[in-house]
Amino acid sequence: MTATLTPELRHRSDSRRRLPAIATDVSAPEEGSAVAALLIDGVTKRFTVGRKRKPVVAISNVSLRLERGDIHGILGANGSGKSTLIRLVSGLLTLDEGRVEVFGHDLVRDEMAVKRLINRVSVDAAFFKKLSPMENLLFAARLYGVDGATARRDAVRIMERLGIGTKRIGRPVEQMSRGMQQKVAIARALLTSPSLLLLDEPTTGLDPRSKLEVQTFIEEVRDSHDATIVLTTHDLAEAERLCRRITILNDGRTVAEDTPDGLKRLVADRYGEPPTLHAVFMTYTGRSLDDDVEEDESGDDID
Amino acid sequence: MAMLAHEMRASYAFIERNFHLTKRYWGWEIAFLVYSVAGALSVSLIGADVGSARLLLTLMVGAIFWNYLSVVFSWIAETIAVERWEGTLEYTMMAPIRRSTQLLGSVVYAMGYGLLHTAVILIVLVLFFPQLDLSHANFGTALVFVVLGSFSFVGIGMMAAILPLLYVERGAQMTFVIQSVILLISGVYYSVDILPGWMQVASRLSPATYVLDAVRRGLIDGAGLGELVRDAWPLVVMGIVFIPAGVWLFGKAERYAKRTGKLKRVG
Repeated sequence: MTATLTPELRHRSDSRRRLPAIATDVSAPEEGSAVAALLIDGVTKRFTVGRKRKPVVAISNVSLRLERGDIHGILGANGSGKSTLIRLVSGLLTLDEGRVEVFGHDLVRDEMAVKRLINRVSVDAAFFKKLSPMENLLFAARLYGVDGATARRDAVRIMERLGIGTKRIGRPVEQMSRGMQQKVAIARALLTSPSLLLLDEPTTGLDPRSKLEVQTFIEEVRDSHDATIVLTTHDLAEAERLCRRITILNDGRTVAEDTPDGLKRLVADRYGEPPTLHAVFMTYTGRSLDDDVEEDESGDDID
Repeated sequence: MAMLAHEMRASYAFIERNFHLTKRYWGWEIAFLVYSVAGALSVSLIGADVGSARLLLTLMVGAIFWNYLSVVFSWIAETIAVERWEGTLEYTMMAPIRRSTQLLGSVVYAMGYGLLHTAVILIVLVLFFPQLDLSHANFGTALVFVVLGSFSFVGIGMMAAILPLLYVERGAQMTFVIQSVILLISGVYYSVDILPGWMQVASRLSPATYVLDAVRRGLIDGAGLGELVRDAWPLVVMGIVFIPAGVWLFGKAERYAKRTGKLKRVG
């Protein structure tokens, strides 16, 4: 157990489940520490598509700093690099340039420590479809060192909080609606008590009620679980409601970053646009949300 | 110790998950078992038809033990392919576990599943051919060589599991082709001596060749371990070389997939 662990564990309230046993040698520094929850410094990622083609720059020199407890939004059109950035932080892609640190742990040098601190919810709720939510969650929890009894108990608690009744916990995931599957995906991520939660369009495809429930739950997670959250979304109202700061990506580059109010003031003062996030999005990405949705339906590999 | 406990728990996660998958796909499991039993019986009946007890036993051993080796190979080789189909690969790759831990879980389940599957076929065949005389059989020899062969097959399975990481669309098909080639060159139903020269050379690289030869000699001729050293040492060498090579290559393939973005796409 490291010296930084004890105050960290003390800090956590009784209502919050302790980190699994294996996580005891990797912890987020205590509150008030100068260490960033997430530091992205000059990160660049290129992909070579096909043979002898010029590499495509998916992320270009992006920098970002999140403090503990932040909910930071990332907005951008499809293909702007939002999901690539999330994958880079998740360790699912290697960095071509730059560095990523999670609570002071370098992603490249200390990959396992970073992995213990993060989890992710992607737009596609990926599960073993024949398995039940409980079986899927149990598998995920064990990978993060949570014992079976604790995982079962917490899985029921979290899924009930998300409106997934106990009757549905034992049925195959494939029998659930898209919205319910997405809630199970969120439960899976929370089960491992991540200090940094990466939410990649978590409410896409949900009905308004489910969307509201998930948004409320995200706020609750930030407050009660002491989590720092990165949220990519196409829902500007959601970004405005949840995010303390917003970064706008366009063609893999950061084109704007500020608080929601700061961004709105910026487009109003500088461009004479109405002070809305919609105007901010259109100003910095050069397209409307309708264009974005159309592209979304056609699919995009880089995004 | 905490780290070891974590890795063991994570290994168990794969065993438990694969058990749940088997349970949920029980209809297909029964269908697959019936097909395997029918296949083993069909092949063995050729020996009965000829009226040769030796040929019958030769074919039975081939059918039963090839079933075991191919089941072990399939479970391990499909470690990645299954996750690609389900779309869960990124989540498993994000988890704070070593790749060797993941592979260990897959291997343990594969061996347990393979033994159970093969035991059912063995029982059915023994009941179907009550005239078989196994009074001279050396079951100890068979057991030792199945265990030895399992380890070298595990190594090959690990190397084959890499293919779906490297080739998103075709990787799973490639592992199937590898399994087919091993079936062809290993003398499962015939002596490797009848193969063309170049295939005989290739057969020496297959662990199944040595396992089947030794098991046959143990069960049919009652040969002991001391008489089968020539079959044993290649298996030992292959196990020692293939398993670390499989883990090492798996790591290399994972880094390649992360560099090129191949973990994302679902094949």
